[in-house]
Amino acid sequence: MIGLLASIRPDSWNFPLFLHVTGAAVFFGVVTLAAVAQLTAARAPEPEVLRRVAFRALLIVGLPAYIVFRIGAEWLYSKEFPGDVEDPSWIGIGYLVADVGALVFLIALILSGIAVRKPKGWLSKSSGVLSAVILVGLVVAVWAMGAKPN
Amino acid sequence: MMPREATWATDPKLKRRGNSVTFPRVDLNDWILALHLISAFALIGALTIFSVMIAALWHTDDPSAVTSFMRVGLAGNALVAIGLGGTIVFGVWLAIALDAYHVWDGWVIAALVLWLLGGLLGQQTGEGYRKTADMAAQLSSSGAARSPELAAAMGASRAFWLHWATVAIVVLIVVDMIWKPGA
Repeated sequence: MIGLLASIRPDSWNFPLFLHVTGAAVFFGVVTLAAVAQLTAARAPEPEVLRRVAFRALLIVGLPAYIVFRIGAEWLYSKEFPGDVEDPSWIGIGYLVADVGALVFLIALILSGIAVRKPKGWLSKSSGVLSAVILVGLVVAVWAMGAKPN
Repeated sequence: MMPREATWATDPKLKRRGNSVTFPRVDLNDWILALHLISAFALIGALTIFSVMIAALWHTDDPSAVTSFMRVGLAGNALVAIGLGGTIVFGVWLAIALDAYHVWDGWVIAALVLWLLGGLLGQQTGEGYRKTADMAAQLSSSGAARSPELAAAMGASRAFWLHWATVAIVVLIVVDMIWKPGA
């Protein structure tokens, strides 16, 4: 089934898929960094360095990566499901994670930004926990994109 | 068309048994593909983490700043192990199990060669930065506040160039996996 689907994928889908996969994977890496850096900052010799890097990584790398992966997703969606084709379950899972994830990501980004200006441990930890939540959602979404549950 | 908001709660395809939602049926090879993808995400994620670390610590002469990233680096190393192991094991499994692909297909061989090359370069990169991290830890424990030697190691060192060579190879693998030239 997978082989059949993969072999009949038109070439015009490849670039949007590349954007989607690469953007999502980079986003995954940045969110992991933000989670680990902010949850372990208190035990580091220079916690403010970790908090600053977590915020800047989320803002400078994470946000553009998210935008690229969503553009890739929408582009691919318009090609794969044109018109009134019924969405399969895995598309619903992907959109759920991406939409809720965007909201959680923005809250994590704002909290980490405030934590840089007002160094309060709970702000940074909250952002780290939210980043970890996004991470779990991303793993579920990647599973859904790969396994394509019916 | 189903609404995009279709969820575990609203999607009738996700069968309900009493009050609990049952897991949708997924074939073994679909699971393997999902694990292959998750491994690829781990690998690219690790390279993203290391790239951010390199940028954040660019030419730093502060040993404490370098040692502060120890746990982040360990997380990156764990993702590399998951990524390298998972992509090769699950990838070869798929190439053998699926009728559409074979291990001797050109794009599969190219991916295997690039994976091996990327692994070797990544190992060299890791060794280079591990020495720098050890130097930073020694400087930090001896109470040194600044080190020009550390600043040089955190700049355009051999490990730095090897890192970007590894990134280039992984991008080529992703291109190869998506375009599947010759398939």
